[in-house]
Amino acid sequence: MSIRRRTYGALVMAASLALVTACGSGGSTGSDAAGGATTWWHNGTQDPLKSVWERAAAAYEKAHPGAKLDVVPIQNEQFPTKVPLALQSDNPPGVYFNQGGGLLATQAASGRVADITDRTKSWIKDLGAAAQGWASDGKQYGVPYASHVVGFWYRKDLFAKAGITKAPATMDELKSAVTALKAAGTVPIALGGKDRWPDAFYYNYFAVRECSVETLKSSVAKAKFTDQCFTRAGQDVIDLIALKPFQPGFNGTPAQQGTGSSAGMVAAGQAAMELQGDWNPGVMQGLTSDPSYKAELGWFPFPSIAGAAGDPSVALGGGDGFSCTTKQADACVDLLKYLTSAEVQTDLISSGAATIPVNPAAEAAIKDPVVKEVFSYNSKASYVQVYFDVALPTAAGQALNDAVANLFAGQGDAGSVARAVNSAG
Amino acid sequence: MTTLDHADAARTGARPGPPGAVAAAPKGRKGTGRRLSVRSRWELALLLTPALVLFVLFVLVSIAAAVYYSFFDWNGFGPPTKLVGFANYTKALADPMFQGAVRHNLQFAALSVVVQLPLTLGLALLLNGRLRGRAVLRLIAFTPYVLSEAITAVAWLVMLQPGGAVDQGLRGVGLDGLVHEWLADQHLVLYTLFVVATWKYIGFGVILLLAGLQGVPAELREAAALDGATQWQTTRKVVLPLLGPTIRIWIFLSVIGSLQLFELVWIMTLGGPAGSSATMATYVIDRGFRRYQFGYGSAVAVLLFAVCFVFALLYQRFALRRDTAGALSGRVD
Repeated sequence: MSIRRRTYGALVMAASLALVTACGSGGSTGSDAAGGATTWWHNGTQDPLKSVWERAAAAYEKAHPGAKLDVVPIQNEQFPTKVPLALQSDNPPGVYFNQGGGLLATQAASGRVADITDRTKSWIKDLGAAAQGWASDGKQYGVPYASHVVGFWYRKDLFAKAGITKAPATMDELKSAVTALKAAGTVPIALGGKDRWPDAFYYNYFAVRECSVETLKSSVAKAKFTDQCFTRAGQDVIDLIALKPFQPGFNGTPAQQGTGSSAGMVAAGQAAMELQGDWNPGVMQGLTSDPSYKAELGWFPFPSIAGAAGDPSVALGGGDGFSCTTKQADACVDLLKYLTSAEVQTDLISSGAATIPVNPAAEAAIKDPVVKEVFSYNSKASYVQVYFDVALPTAAGQALNDAVANLFAGQGDAGSVARAVNSAG
Repeated sequence: MTTLDHADAARTGARPGPPGAVAAAPKGRKGTGRRLSVRSRWELALLLTPALVLFVLFVLVSIAAAVYYSFFDWNGFGPPTKLVGFANYTKALADPMFQGAVRHNLQFAALSVVVQLPLTLGLALLLNGRLRGRAVLRLIAFTPYVLSEAITAVAWLVMLQPGGAVDQGLRGVGLDGLVHEWLADQHLVLYTLFVVATWKYIGFGVILLLAGLQGVPAELREAAALDGATQWQTTRKVVLPLLGPTIRIWIFLSVIGSLQLFELVWIMTLGGPAGSSATMATYVIDRGFRRYQFGYGSAVAVLLFAVCFVFALLYQRFALRRDTAGALSGRVD
């Protein structure tokens, strides 16, 4: 009996081992098959970005005999779950998409993200201030390929119908535009409140207008929003919501998904404005079959607030870029250098995959007059505050987004966003 | 080892009784020293091992890992080093957002039993009767269940937008007063989600109950009819009691499903607005993967597991005991 039991046990063990080793060897053959290729995770699952990266990969492999890229497009939303697991594993991608800021700094603490300061020293300066978002403690942990800036996209036709002759430059002008649009029977502002981050754009920009650049820099660095200007920003949000400028049910509206989304509403002329990133025209393109909105689309920066400490030329924005893991840092940096070259940057702009290149050499490719306006606002900005949810450590950034979303849902007070940031950690 | 006992019992003819009947329990079988033959040992090893290995690797090991991580303040990068004891648990239990999530899960479970069950039962009884186009109607009832939860969620998200298909439909039949902000109203959003979940899962319940109804002998109905019982009396006194085991299993699945509710909510509302539709599972993902508080997220996941586990045990002990006698517990006391 006891012998049989042991045989039985041994069989179970053997079978389990076989299964485990089968999985293990399966995994390693998988990576061997790629033949030392550099795995490249990007978020261009759709055209035009998808094709731009395909072209770039092909051109890079052609110019570098022996180099092999394993290009893996991954849905944007999957990065937050995939990256931490990959950085724990023995087989992380060589190159992966991220937006820099506090999250990248958190990832860098794992020791798996390559410090590429020395490898990029000779050329990173060409990219200007944008590359700062991928640096932490004076070390470069990645390279951006496109910059972003947030502002108001608006419909010129709906503004004209409501008798508004010029884009609002101050908060008072914006408020009277809201009143005029409501009187004309138009939804003044579309908001994708379901996704929370569009709500946060309002709080972010109010803070940028209420706080001095020094306060912004030191508060973000400490992840503590103790200055009174952050409470004033909360009050500004509450005052704006009190005007009821948004579409009905805005807390359940997605930002970019479907024709009923906030971007879709502006594209269809159901709302006059939306505070969104420079990417918004690209989003609208996928949400309507009627391209007539393009001629009516205008852009203006977030209005200034009379008497506030903030510099009106400070912009809210961010960027997209890539980081390298320690595994294949040399090959990765080589690729990143190519992605910021005039050739690829021009392709990004002329295909419409990006609107603000990090390489000034690609500026000539910008043809659309409205995009030119956005670009020039961004390049003239005295300082670009990266969206708080990216700039702050992740826990604090998401706590901020949630607290702002709560304000839009009628919960909280002027100081609740700052308190949420200060107590996250 | 209960599975082994059962396999043994089945093979030697000491079968457990049909569901609902008191099982002919193979009492006193234990300790008689009867052994499995070599051949059946091989069979068992061969058949059980793959499932067992997967179960250990992907269930037991994962649970153990979650328990381990739950004692750390850990952002998911690098090895966890900052041991905090039960701090994550006390923090979760004190967080009004988590309390709200638990409340929403319980509300959902209660709604399922109180609202979904009678609906499902009524539909099943209707579709069990002689009815013109019965097959088609059954198909229609079952179709939503075939759709993946993600597709259901996206489709309803679009239809429930202000001015979307639902609002247009209501206005089209003159019910303008019923138009609401389905997903944006904090007091309404949970009920909206419940309606969508009901739409999706009612077909599954109907199929389950229809299967149960096949087990109701026609003789009993006839006997009841001969004794002058009305249709209602037959249903009430004969059919429903015999459906008991199926209904109890349905309640079990439904409550566990309500406690683990995730995709529908995550896709349609992300738990919002202001956390008014958050569930335990959306809270886990939000804290773990969005805020990178993996230690804390693990603690909440362990709490979610504990809630489901305790419910399953209690339900097993008090409600399912008779139905599954012999199959799961080995014997009836």
